[in-house]
Amino acid sequence: MATVTQTEGRPSAAALSQTAPAIELRGISKAFGAVQANKDISIRVERGTIHGIIGENGAGKSTLMSILYGFYKADAGDILIGGTKTDIPDSQAAIRAGIGMVFQHFKLVENFTVLENVVLGAEEGAFLRPSLAKARRLLVDLAREYELNVDPDAKIEDLGVGMQQRVEILKALYRQADILILDEPTGVLTPSEADHLFRILRGLRDEGKTIILITHKLREIMDVTDNVSVMRRGEMTATVKTAETSPTELAELMVGRKVLLRVDKTPAQPGPVVLKVENLRVTDENGVERLRSINLEVRAGEILGVAGVAGNGQSELLEVLGGITEATGTVTLNGHPLQLSGPESDGRSRRQAGIAHVPEDRHRLGLILDFTAWENTGFGYQDRPDYTNGALMNQHALRTDTEGKMERFDVRPANCWLHAKSFSGGNQQKIVLAREIERNPDLLLVGQPTRGVDIGAIEFIHQRLIELRDAGKAILLVSVELDEIFALSDRIAVIFDGRIMGERTPDQTDETELGMMMAGMDGKAR
Amino acid sequence: MTIMKTLLGATAITAFSALAASAEPGLIIDLGGKFDKSFNESAYNGAQRWMEETGKSYRETELQSEAQREQSMRRMAESGANPVIVLGFANASTLEKVAPDYPEVNFTIVDMVVDQPNVQSVVFKEHEGSFLVGVLAAMASDSGTVSFVGGMDVPLISKFACGYAQGVKAFNPEANVIVNMTGTTPTAWNDPVKGAELTRAQISQGSDVVYAAAGGTGIGVLQAAADEAILSIGVDSNQNYLHPGFVLTSMVKRVDNAVYEAFAAGEDGSFEPGIKVMGLDNNGVGWALDENNAPLITESMKATVEQTRAKIIGGEIAVHDYTTDGTCPAY
Amino acid sequence: MDTMPRWADIALIPLINLALALLVSALVIAAIGENPAEAMGVMIRGAVGSAYGWGYTLYYATNFIFTGLAVAVAFHARLFNIGGEGQAALGGLGVALVCLMVPWPHWSLALPAAVIGGALFGAAWAAIPAWLQAKRGSHIVITTIMFNFIASALLVYLLVNVLKVPGSMAPETARFPEGARLPSAYDWGAWMGFGRSAPLNVAFFVALACCVLVWVLIWKTRLGYEIRAFGQSEPAAKYAGIRPVRIIMITMLVSGALAGLMAVNAVQGEAERLVIDSVQGAGFVGIAVALMGRSHPVGVLLAALLFGALYQGGAELEFEMPAISREMIVVIQALVILFTGALDNMVRGPVEGFFRRLRRGAA
Repeated sequence: MATVTQTEGRPSAAALSQTAPAIELRGISKAFGAVQANKDISIRVERGTIHGIIGENGAGKSTLMSILYGFYKADAGDILIGGTKTDIPDSQAAIRAGIGMVFQHFKLVENFTVLENVVLGAEEGAFLRPSLAKARRLLVDLAREYELNVDPDAKIEDLGVGMQQRVEILKALYRQADILILDEPTGVLTPSEADHLFRILRGLRDEGKTIILITHKLREIMDVTDNVSVMRRGEMTATVKTAETSPTELAELMVGRKVLLRVDKTPAQPGPVVLKVENLRVTDENGVERLRSINLEVRAGEILGVAGVAGNGQSELLEVLGGITEATGTVTLNGHPLQLSGPESDGRSRRQAGIAHVPEDRHRLGLILDFTAWENTGFGYQDRPDYTNGALMNQHALRTDTEGKMERFDVRPANCWLHAKSFSGGNQQKIVLAREIERNPDLLLVGQPTRGVDIGAIEFIHQRLIELRDAGKAILLVSVELDEIFALSDRIAVIFDGRIMGERTPDQTDETELGMMMAGMDGKAR
Repeated sequence: MTIMKTLLGATAITAFSALAASAEPGLIIDLGGKFDKSFNESAYNGAQRWMEETGKSYRETELQSEAQREQSMRRMAESGANPVIVLGFANASTLEKVAPDYPEVNFTIVDMVVDQPNVQSVVFKEHEGSFLVGVLAAMASDSGTVSFVGGMDVPLISKFACGYAQGVKAFNPEANVIVNMTGTTPTAWNDPVKGAELTRAQISQGSDVVYAAAGGTGIGVLQAAADEAILSIGVDSNQNYLHPGFVLTSMVKRVDNAVYEAFAAGEDGSFEPGIKVMGLDNNGVGWALDENNAPLITESMKATVEQTRAKIIGGEIAVHDYTTDGTCPAY
Repeated sequence: MDTMPRWADIALIPLINLALALLVSALVIAAIGENPAEAMGVMIRGAVGSAYGWGYTLYYATNFIFTGLAVAVAFHARLFNIGGEGQAALGGLGVALVCLMVPWPHWSLALPAAVIGGALFGAAWAAIPAWLQAKRGSHIVITTIMFNFIASALLVYLLVNVLKVPGSMAPETARFPEGARLPSAYDWGAWMGFGRSAPLNVAFFVALACCVLVWVLIWKTRLGYEIRAFGQSEPAAKYAGIRPVRIIMITMLVSGALAGLMAVNAVQGEAERLVIDSVQGAGFVGIAVALMGRSHPVGVLLAALLFGALYQGGAELEFEMPAISREMIVVIQALVILFTGALDNMVRGPVEGFFRRLRRGAA
């Protein structure tokens, strides 16, 4: 009888280390073309623990989990489930191995009920009724056990996001998952919903389930995990026990000590306020607030850098200012208010007001890849008198101008007839920059100016931005690269979860503090 | 362009020099199909009879849509066919336009008058034939209610309906005649399902003899009548054989004779432009009696209808033609 | 990025598609016991072997140029206008009203008026689906298809109840008066061998002019630039300040107007009256023409000629070889549409692979 009581409840840490880990990855590597998304990653996830994986956007977390769930095949390395080497060619195999995944974007059928969604894909036999009856019994049991209360007959479209997430968890449990992977689960949740989720997760862990939590939020890691692994640039930099680490240490591990890019610049000579943003709010089509009361100012002759992990609202900020997304609040440019909704809030009006915009995603927004370079030079300025000839485009003027821009910005090959897709990333970015900078705007919005750009071009692009600043223009820079923020900014604002966490000047702060602020911890508290 | 021109010139000569030489007659079957067991089939049978009797061949093509009429007519004329027979009133406006372009080709149009020097127009006194079958219907009816299913709602079909109603009322002034049309477009000629529906509706209103003047749609009318065990009257062709014992008679419209005679006239050069009227007197219309419907026709019915026929030919009974004034005295 | 030369994309692949379609057609003809070679011969001779054939081939091609351009213009904005059929039918109504309501003294005055009438009515019919797409997000494919049915019902109603000549039994308008009839190929092209029968008329030149105008619109004007940018990427177009609602509306109006212009050829030029079903499926053929012509006016012109020849060749085949029924001809035409449109990628893959190997071999 004594032995029985001992195995009840959570096993001790000592007992854990002796049993085989729930998941072990050995030397996993995965490359997409030239990009090494995962480099020789090894990790042990112990049974019955909550294991956090933290890292910046693009650090390789999602790729690693996709390999584990059978979406990608690793180029090298082994996956061991419960100590046995397991091949996971597709998600069905992952489910058979006892792995359940809750995605950032739910994969539910909107107009099906909770019950139907839970059973979907796991029906037994040709008729639905027995499966549904079985699922209903199970759902009731699970709800009692883990506080996973959901009305089985409610339609998904009538449920809030927190509830929908529970349905995803129920789906995984219905498929008898022992290992549950959650990808940024709190991104769409309110704080109280997040707390409820964590209670559920702890309950599941106490029942012996293993949970992998992918997040970029330090608070969650500290709150709920037993162990934490840190990823940076495709590599696993450390795995530590949560109790034995601190947010500061994790932030350092996450951001890393990067070699600062040197940009020669004189101190800024800030002039009058060019851009003033007050109480700016954006709600997306799912009703989630992406920007929650943003306030900031950019002066003439200075660069304001907005630092943050991707997905925290900086894209929305750029899109509102660039006239792509509608918002509420007040934005003034040189003292004149900008329309934030309606037909006068479009990109054309913004350009006329003196705002130029180098978008974060040049492929999606900044360029038409199937257009020639000269056609792209006119993009956004297609109605300017110097490019038009009545209703016709003045193609000759456009080409001449493009040739000049290509020379001044050193675009290679300097052939204005090539399609945008034929240029390298750096040269594509130069085409966009040339177009926007040479319009001599009062305010330049720049998103990820050097993403996917080779080193040589980075320096060139940075130089151009500094020159524009020195010419007395205001620049709002958004970048997820901290070294870029440090190299260019005169002031740094950190954005997290749709809010500005605080502002620093580069000499007041360091990467560790910014890293903590980017992960939602108050920088001053360290 | 010059190459094309010479090429065209050369082929044009070879293609059209044959025009006068072969002079086969041509027949354009109208919408609804060659085997509609009615109007088109009657014409086809006439052409076949001519072919069998003379051992010669003719050209034939089948229309598929309204907008094709002109191309088919021109193609037939270009191919050297002479005379060219077109069936149905819907061809009138097209023929009006096409005929002047081919002065050397003789055209015959059935069911409509086209006033051109090289066009012969064959029209039938459908109202007279319909009067006869109306008399038969009234005699065969027990309920005193008979009915009519028309194809497309045009004056020509009202001419059938009106003659029929007059015949019914002539024998039984108290009789009730239900008249329905299938539709307002040419598709009404080929909609047997709708025909059957209309027939069932009429039966539910008490009709026990139904007369179909609806081209291919009539197949559905006759079928529904046989299914519901009431009597029906066919049209254009002799349709008595379709449901022996249920088809009371058929108002035969000798389109086959019209086609046969036009073909023959083309052969012996006796083609005459102008209007050719086919009525009871010259056997252009009539009622059909064969072994399929003999048991249904009593001696008194036969006597009465033959008597009526003689009176119409003799002018003793004047049957009103709906198309002359757009009204019908019988309903 | 470009895996094969441009000529292969615009010429070789369509030709292979066509050859495959004809091959399968030949098999079908052989399967019903007819001689495929003879049938093909009849089709080719019938379509292009005589002035009579050319007259009809070019007449049909004119229809397909209009509907093909209509689909092509919409394609550039990534709008799939399936409604050419209905828009052309309404264009016919516009043309008929213009021709019947005004006593035109000469065709040179009637033609521009009919062009405006046809274009306006066609555009109006495209405007409602366009508005629903732009404002409500209703899918344009669904709405334009629905509008084809509504157009057909509307025309039947009008022809039977309103426009029919009193006393006439056929559901068609009166023949247009002399002054509204367009000169046919016989009037201006008799020296090329065209006879009185040729339905080819001056609308052919209107179609050629439309090819040029569409080319200018799409590749030379600011509007065309915006249409293409919108078609390539809606988010990017928004970035550039291009208003989606405006582009959707304008593009569909132009598309509908082009489809409506078909009536100048079919209704004013050939029939000289409005009949039921004056479009005869040309709206749908326009989709295949635009696909095969890669949405470029020159491609549309060439594809329209091919389909014109197929139609005329098919009519001839039906006449000359009665054993090959009308349905068989539809099968052949459908095979060409299937291979050139829907199965395009089937051929594209292997051809691209071939060029890739060729290039690797050369490198």
